[in-house]
This record gives sequence, C-alpha cells and structure tokens, in this order.
Amino acid sequence: MTQLPPPSAKKLGLVIDLDTCVGCHACVVSCKGWNTENYGAPLSDQNAYSGAASGTFLNRVHSYEVQPDEGAAQLIHFPKSCLHCEDAPCVTVCPTGASYKRAEDGIVLVNESDCIGCGLCAWACPYGARELDAKEGVMKKCTLCVDRIYNENLPEEDRQPACVRTCPAGARHFGDLGDEDSDVSKLVAERGGFDLMPEQGTKPVNKYLPPRPKDEMPEFDVLAPYLEPIAQDGKGFVGWLDKALSALPGGAK
Amino acid sequence: MHPASSVIIFNTFSGLGFGLLFWLGLGALVPTGLSAFIWFAIAYLFAVGGLIASTFHLGHPERAIKAFSQWKTSWLSREGVCAVFALVVMAIYGAGLVFTNTRLGLIGWIGGLASLGVVFTTSMIYTQMKTVPRWRHWTTPAMYLILALGGGALLGGQVKIASVLFIIAGILQMYAWGTGDTRLAASGTSMATATGLGHIGQVRAFEPPHTGTNYLMREFIHVVGRKHADQLRIIVIGLAFILPIILLLLPHHHVFAALAVLSHIAGVLTLRWLFFAQAEHVVGLYYGKR
Repeated sequence: MTQLPPPSAKKLGLVIDLDTCVGCHACVVSCKGWNTENYGAPLSDQNAYSGAASGTFLNRVHSYEVQPDEGAAQLIHFPKSCLHCEDAPCVTVCPTGASYKRAEDGIVLVNESDCIGCGLCAWACPYGARELDAKEGVMKKCTLCVDRIYNENLPEEDRQPACVRTCPAGARHFGDLGDEDSDVSKLVAERGGFDLMPEQGTKPVNKYLPPRPKDEMPEFDVLAPYLEPIAQDGKGFVGWLDKALSALPGGAK
Repeated sequence: MHPASSVIIFNTFSGLGFGLLFWLGLGALVPTGLSAFIWFAIAYLFAVGGLIASTFHLGHPERAIKAFSQWKTSWLSREGVCAVFALVVMAIYGAGLVFTNTRLGLIGWIGGLASLGVVFTTSMIYTQMKTVPRWRHWTTPAMYLILALGGGALLGGQVKIASVLFIIAGILQMYAWGTGDTRLAASGTSMATATGLGHIGQVRAFEPPHTGTNYLMREFIHVVGRKHADQLRIIVIGLAFILPIILLLLPHHHVFAALAVLSHIAGVLTLRWLFFAQAEHVVGLYYGKR
C-alpha cells in the first residue's frame, strides 16, 4: 500500500560525514556491484564503452566548492542516496502500490513486479534518489542493502550496507536513528547532523554531518620582519621605466 | 522537466475530449441518432486516444491495470479511476442519444462532471509536486480546467462560451507564467538548503558525480524551454486563444471553424510543451543547474 505506515520506532538509515569523505567514489562502485548482482533487477548501463555512457546508480558523489565570506574556498565531497524519509513523497504518489515504506524499520523499497515505470516517484523525490532503469523499465533506488543487513549467511561484520562496509575513510555510518542511544544518533547529536532540504517537509532519516571548521594558522614566522619588499627603489632601465610610467597621468604608483 | 511527447499529446487531446464530453453531458448540445454517434466518437477518440498515448511513456504498460489500486493517496490512480468512471457513464448517456433519441439528463450531468473530474485529477498530479515549485499553485488546476472547458466548447461549436473562456484562459495563463517565474526562488529551496552547506558560504557545483548524463539530468533538467520562453508564450497566446477568437468572430463557415480548432490545438500543444520544458525541478540544484 502506498499509504505511509505510522512512524516506526526503528528508523534504519545512514549518517554521512562530509568532513571525512574524500570523494573516492568507492561507495558508488560497491553499491553498483552489490545491487547489480543481488536483489532485484540489475543496474544497467547504456553505451558503457562509448563517449555517451550512462547508467543507473543508487548512490552518487557530488563535489561542491563553498566560498566563505573570508578565507579560502573549501571543497566538499557529497555522497547522495535515498534518505528513507519518514514522510516519503515518493511512496504516496505511486499509483500501483509498488513503492512502499516498511512499517518495521522504515526502509523505503520498490516492489519491482508491481512497478509500471511511470516515473512519478522520481518526480516527487527532491533528492534525485530514484532512477528509472533504462533497460528494465522499473524504478531503482537504495534498498539500504536490505539483503545484507538481515542476511545471516554473511559474517556479522558484513551485515551493513555495501557503501558503509567499503568506505575507506569511515565517512559512512549505518544504524538505528530512531534509537536515541545508538552510535549513529549520538554521532548526529555530537556533530550537529542536519537534514537536506528540510523545507520540503520530507523528514529524512539519513543525516549529514557538517565539515568541521578549518584550522587557522597563526602568523609566527620570525624572518617575516626581515623580508620587507625589496624593490622600493629600482635601478637601471626597469627602475626608470617604473618611475616614468608612474609619472604619466593615471599611472600606477 | 523533460517534455515527453506522449504526455503532451495526452494532456492536450484528453483535455479536449473530456471537455467536449462535459458539454455533451450537460446538454449544451443534444445531438441524436447518427449525429450523436459522430459527436461521441470524436470526444472518445480524443479522450481515449490521449489516455492510450499516455501509456507509451511507461516502462511496463502491460501492468497499467495495477494503477487503479492506490486511489487513496495517488492522484495518478484517482485519475485512472475517474477516467474509467466518466467514460462508462458517458457511454450510457451517449447510447441513450444514439439508439433511443432520449436524453438521460441526470446521467449526462454525472458523466459531464466526472469528465471534468478527470481533467482536475490530471492537473493535481502536477500541482501536488512540491519538488516543482512552478506547478505547485492554484493556477495549474485552474488552467487545466479552463482549457478543457474552452477547448471542449470550441469542438462542440459553442462559439460564445468558447470565446469568453479563451479570453479568461489567456489572461489566467499570462498570470500563471508571470508568477511562476519567481516561484522557485520564493520556495526557499536553494543550493544552500539542498547541500546544507550554506552556513559556510556560497555553494557552487564543482564536479558532477560523473562525466556523462543520467536519468535525473535527462528527466529533470531542461533549459531550452526557458531560453525561448518569451517567444513561445507569444506563440501560445496567439495560436491557442487570439486567432481562434478572431476566426470565430468571422461570418460562420466550416473552414473558419476547422482553422480555429487547428490553431487552438497547435497553441495548446505548444502551451503543454512549455508547461514541462520551463518547469524547474529542485533536484537540478544538486547539479548547479535549473
């Protein structure tokens, strides 16, 4: 049913640390790998070996430049996948009931055998978390690796989403954001985790941790006073040229 | 938004067809016998033809029957239910006129209002999208309804009604465009809120996630429409409203009437193309685009 279930106590999701992410795209590759080989329709590519390559991905890493009012610009890598929203607009628009939110843990999934590929859920999602697979004609989205996290055939340490398991920087964390005492909830509280586009009213479960403020280097070079600019009184042809041009109307002093 | 031709054809022709069914149902024109058959055939050709065209953009049209199930939450589902209801009721009403020359007034009213209901539910599919601020406004359903009513009246030969509705539609459309241009900025969604990095400084997309394009960029980022919006708006107002009114004011002749219909259809096709092509989806902000 595309009616949203009452909010679940358990809210499984990701916490992504924008301070730690190095933008290596390993999560993108491991996500594509796991979700092509396992649950649901594979994530297809079109013209994979040509100039016009395109394909379905459930997780993509953007990079942004942020320019503060003063000081140097920062480069921030920004992984983005489904945020498993509590008020998921992608679920209620679905005409067939293929799109649903699990009552037990809040994971938003697509029942691919019911999906007619109308694309309306992707329209309703402000985050670009859903992509219609060009080959299969069904909507694909992050499953939070539902076929890993509960999978008792996997060793304990592998029972987390592929993107989290693979992240070499430790920038991705998985857990229950409905439990105030969970590691991920503590991390969010400690670091000031935030929602993407809160004004859209989707109440995302996934949280982002902001980049930490940059260190400021104090000026402590003992030689600096001795390194005054030296070309105060240029000599020779260049010195004469400098003075002559400065003397012209509008010349730089 | 990507202007998909199947959806533009659906919106244009189903709107006209259901608009004509509305006026038939209300008894603005009461044809009987063979003439009734022809009128209803035209209306059904437009309404059903458009609905069939709309299934061409689906990934799995063979499962379309499932789309009738989620009417409690989904406007697309409500549209499907409403369309089947309206078409069945109007078929009964039409059969009365064609075969027994009797007008089943109450059934006509129910079918006529349901036909308008189809247009309204269609419009709400777009209006509900918080992600497309330009559409999320009362002018979206108002324009859908008035275009269906006006176009239906034109097809049904209701010259006076059509002319008045076209004047209102033209003014309303210009108001919708004018106010729509600033609605993304006014929505409060920006690159700053999309990334949550606005508190640090000015956010600029530095590097996209991949060198090529993807489904999201193809579906949601379309810039050509806005580039030529001014010219296209003049074309729409001229073809959809002004030229048909002038042709209707001329001495009555079938050629002028046919030209008025063709001009209106061309104008509404352009209007619908622009409706999608100039609309900005907030996901474009992640790519630093609109």
